[in-house]
Amino acid sequence: MAEKLTAEKIAELEHRAKAVRRNIVSAVTEAKSGHPGGSLSAADIVTVLYFAEMKVDPSKPYDVDRDRFVLSKGHAAPVLYATLAERGFFPQSELMTLRKIDSRLQGHPSMKSLPGIDMSTGSLGQGLSAASGMALAARLDTRDYRVFALLGDGELEEGMVWEAAMFASHYKLDNLTAFVDFNGLQIDGPVAEVMSPLPIPEKWAAFGWHVIEIDGHDIGAIYDAIQTAKTIKGKPTMIVAHTIKGKGVCKMENVADWHGKAPTSEECILFLGELED
Amino acid sequence: MGKATREAYGEALREMGLENRDIVVLDADLSKSTKTSVFAKAFPDRHFNVGIAEQNLMGVAAGLASAGKIPFESTFAMFAAGRAFEQVRNSICYPKLNVTVAATHAGLTVGEDGASHQAIEDISLMRSIPNMTVVVPADAAETRQAVAWAANYNGPVYLRLGRMSVPDVFGEGYEFEMGKAVELADGSDVTIMATGIMVAPARHAAEELIAAGFSARVLNIHTIKPIDKAAIIKAAEDTGAIVTCEEHSIIGGLGSAVAEVLVENWPVPMERVGVLDTFGESGTPDALLEKYHLTTADIVQAAKRVISRKR
Repeated sequence: MAEKLTAEKIAELEHRAKAVRRNIVSAVTEAKSGHPGGSLSAADIVTVLYFAEMKVDPSKPYDVDRDRFVLSKGHAAPVLYATLAERGFFPQSELMTLRKIDSRLQGHPSMKSLPGIDMSTGSLGQGLSAASGMALAARLDTRDYRVFALLGDGELEEGMVWEAAMFASHYKLDNLTAFVDFNGLQIDGPVAEVMSPLPIPEKWAAFGWHVIEIDGHDIGAIYDAIQTAKTIKGKPTMIVAHTIKGKGVCKMENVADWHGKAPTSEECILFLGELED
Repeated sequence: MGKATREAYGEALREMGLENRDIVVLDADLSKSTKTSVFAKAFPDRHFNVGIAEQNLMGVAAGLASAGKIPFESTFAMFAAGRAFEQVRNSICYPKLNVTVAATHAGLTVGEDGASHQAIEDISLMRSIPNMTVVVPADAAETRQAVAWAANYNGPVYLRLGRMSVPDVFGEGYEFEMGKAVELADGSDVTIMATGIMVAPARHAAEELIAAGFSARVLNIHTIKPIDKAAIIKAAEDTGAIVTCEEHSIIGGLGSAVAEVLVENWPVPMERVGVLDTFGESGTPDALLEKYHLTTADIVQAAKRVISRKR
């Protein structure tokens, strides 16, 4: 049985996740556009990955042995930028350049622009394939790094996701762990109404993946699921994380309209107050 | 008759695979046709079939390249450049990853399978993507050289290969230089610029034009992007008339690329031999080339027309 996080560590990660959420809200407000809802829903998962799990070193972003993270739902770039800044990959002040001309923080992640980004994403459906290629490369080179990917629930409507699902399972990529940020909403409304990808866990199981369902805002549960995934041999693991779109900001929670809308500066002050420790 | 460029591709892959252990090859259930099966037989641990899933083919190759491997990936040109266009653009070219998309069965000479499988838009699609290099070998020797070059180049490459056997244009001593046109004959009345399987008929056309009293320069434009501007401008300057020949739509391919250089630098009369904005159909490769006006005789006629337009 893998070790559990201590209460102190969980408290520290919750503190980090709040800082990440504040930076998401500030950066998207400053940018006047972007995707806060799906960034906030994924904040706890990305925080646990970068502060409790992944072998990464901000001073060596291209280290061949580093763990990799592919944000397949690339529109949630603010959560990745906020986390990388919090982790020390670049100065926090740079978050205020999000989406602006000459910025390294492109509207969707660009690996050529910013060290720390392991794959350029943004066009939905493509990230899991790239993550599978990375996992395959690790095996070919007998390196023990692990590859993580984060997909949206709406993203599962892309056919290419299921091509990758077959591939990772067929080639038994047990060094690959993916998450579905199951917040239930996409741009045009509830995923179940727009084009239902449900039932999600059963689909991944049918494609040959080990599936774990968790509360995607429970820091300890996220960490435990990752530890379990590392013990699963011969198949990749999908962690279906039940989340709340806009988590942490009352006005945004469970509102599809906040998928791709920036807060006003007045709203920003209010939201940041909510996210204080 | 020599061999098909796809045959030379499979053999060249096997050779490069011996030299460089980082080379990996991906295929989408067409390895016997694309000839990556030759590599698979020699290096089964470095050949991966992704099944009938071309979008994933591109994405997995991108991931492998990001981690330092050197992927060559093959399927038919229709599915590589067409179906998976956006994956090639966003997962491979935007991050400038080291992937060679070696697409076989390009053009009309797919033959009997018909229009659904005849990619005549792929050069146009691929050359429009930033960071992409587009190479169209004319024969087996050039294919081997291009594969060796691609294995040592770091960036996205689209290598366009054909199904049918083509005559040998080059000897074994030939040296491919990316981005440099190859002069196969010199002349002063017109320059015939050809790519891929149209290079051999272009050379024959030049020979026939001699009998008619015209002297033609022949350039093999194996690299469509970056195109050899200097050679094109010099040809316009020296011969004052250009004919382009390609087994591809006249929209967006070699003809368009050459026209872009000419209009901005040295405008001269020009004719394009290619598929005229229409779909192909089933038939033998030779019957198709004849019906769609891609023969030596068509090139000769185009050359005579363009010479008559010279002021």
